[in-house]
Amino acid sequence: MSNAEIVLIVGMLLITFTIRYGLFAVGHRVRFSPLLSRALSYVPVAVLTAIVAPAMFMPDGQHWHLALDNAYLFGGLAAIAIAAAWRNLLATIAGGMLVFVLWRWLFG
Amino acid sequence: MSSRFKQALLGARDTIPMLVGAAPFGIIFGTLAVSSGLSVAATLAMSIFVFAGSAQFIAVSLIASGTGLAVILVTTFVVNLRHMLYSASLLPYVKHLPQRWRVPLAFWLTDETYAIVQNHYLRTQVPLEHKHWYFLGSCLAMYSNWVACTVIGVLLGSSLPGMAGWGLDFAMVATFIGIVVPSLRSRPMVVAALVAAAVALLAHPLPYKLGLILAALAGVIAGLLAERLNSAKPIDLEVPNEQR
Repeated sequence: MSNAEIVLIVGMLLITFTIRYGLFAVGHRVRFSPLLSRALSYVPVAVLTAIVAPAMFMPDGQHWHLALDNAYLFGGLAAIAIAAAWRNLLATIAGGMLVFVLWRWLFG
Repeated sequence: MSSRFKQALLGARDTIPMLVGAAPFGIIFGTLAVSSGLSVAATLAMSIFVFAGSAQFIAVSLIASGTGLAVILVTTFVVNLRHMLYSASLLPYVKHLPQRWRVPLAFWLTDETYAIVQNHYLRTQVPLEHKHWYFLGSCLAMYSNWVACTVIGVLLGSSLPGMAGWGLDFAMVATFIGIVVPSLRSRPMVVAALVAAAVALLAHPLPYKLGLILAALAGVIAGLLAERLNSAKPIDLEVPNEQR
């Protein structure tokens, strides 16, 4: 394990554990403002979408790639359709991967 | 069988559906981490010491795209903030426990265990006395499952060299889509996602993945604003939400 990896893991450990343990450590009843609670409820969706969108539209990490041979885009659209229809994580991963692989094979 | 042990087993048993959902996630994480350039030791250490699925996935995808340490850590913070909500909600049930209990229960607190344990604490007919054993049972089930699945993924990833070229990074895209789309059950949530996507694409050229942080912030603010508009002007166009 390189030094950079150790720093990364220790950093992630400290941050994650502090978030999880902070309130348990203090032990008093803490109340979140309703605004903060509601804001936090949007965090997972906002972060994950912010990662997915560039991965679909700019698979090389730099340039827009709006073309028929972009398997990331069409595999992603298929995954969105499957997720919307069945709300099932496994079906979404499997179906999305299948379309992605087929698409690369057909147009790649 | 002591009733403590029974409670722990019960907690583990009730967590089984969550294990099934997390298993492919762990395997894909192990495979992907190795093919993104993280060493085997670091991949295992991350699952053992950090134990935060979505943050681990995001860290690996950021490593693969050459992102610096500071941005990865800030992202970890943002992505894991929701755990503070969970701990706030469980606090009334654990504050009577000594720290030697609170430390491990906090370390092992995940979305899945929260969902299971919260439900159990709400059942008032069971006495509070041994409920932390139930909590612990759920934690240990999730933890051993996550670490074991990471090992399987690492073995798969390193026994099949060239896997990096298979487009496994798409598995992560599909996984995130599978998490996000089912949670888009209200209009503000949809607005949050659309705004986050648009800002992420427009701000993508910014250095240090600042676009990601900006997009997340913009999404949260947009969601809150949309909520306010929605409640100020209630309209019946909304499709009735399915209750989970």
